[in-house]
Amino acid sequence: MPEEIKAGCARPTGGPVGEDPQTAPPAGEGPRKEAKVMVKVGGKAPDFTAPAYLKGKFVQAKLSDYLGKWVVLCFYPGDFTFV
Amino acid sequence: MSVDSVFVHKMWNDHELSKMVTGGVPFAMLSDGGGRVGSVYGVYDPDAGVEMRGRFLIDPDGVIQGYEVLTPPVGRNVGETFRQIQAFQLIRDSKGTEATPSGWKPGKITLKPGPDLVGKVWEVWKTSMAFD
Repeated sequence: MPEEIKAGCARPTGGPVGEDPQTAPPAGEGPRKEAKVMVKVGGKAPDFTAPAYLKGKFVQAKLSDYLGKWVVLCFYPGDFTFV
Repeated sequence: MSVDSVFVHKMWNDHELSKMVTGGVPFAMLSDGGGRVGSVYGVYDPDAGVEMRGRFLIDPDGVIQGYEVLTPPVGRNVGETFRQIQAFQLIRDSKGTEATPSGWKPGKITLKPGPDLVGKVWEVWKTSMAFD
């Protein structure tokens, strides 16, 4: 499902998809404003795209490509952290 | 998903995780540089520049059925995540006619909420069932 992307020196990017531009986090420099939190149980999971490493390939993944399946979305502090 | 680049994800998978899991991580290791997605999900800490241990269960309609967020030093319990998915799948299959009481796991009784059950849960569900 996710599309393969070429590895270049420019870091691939992703981000929220299809949200109200007024609530979008500012792109670019300047002090970062608290982004509006839009998640609650029973509410729609905000769609996003994100570059990913998947079984030997670099791909661009999109949450809404997984509609029809159960998804476990996990965040963690960083690679090589311990637990 | 973390703020690391896909290049670092590859290194972590190839040099460490693949030694824990045969064949390496079988699912997408997502990169969220800048924490833009994590901010929307409420798990990005801009002061630390990293994301908390947030775990979201998203159903086939794209609806969040549950989430859990922990600070970095405490790891998750994957068994509990699977139990919750199994419970949500059962509820979905029953079209909401059943409910899973505290301590439920596959094979244990479910409840069928309705007028007949009001005030009668004690007859069919015991507190010991929350712990076994």
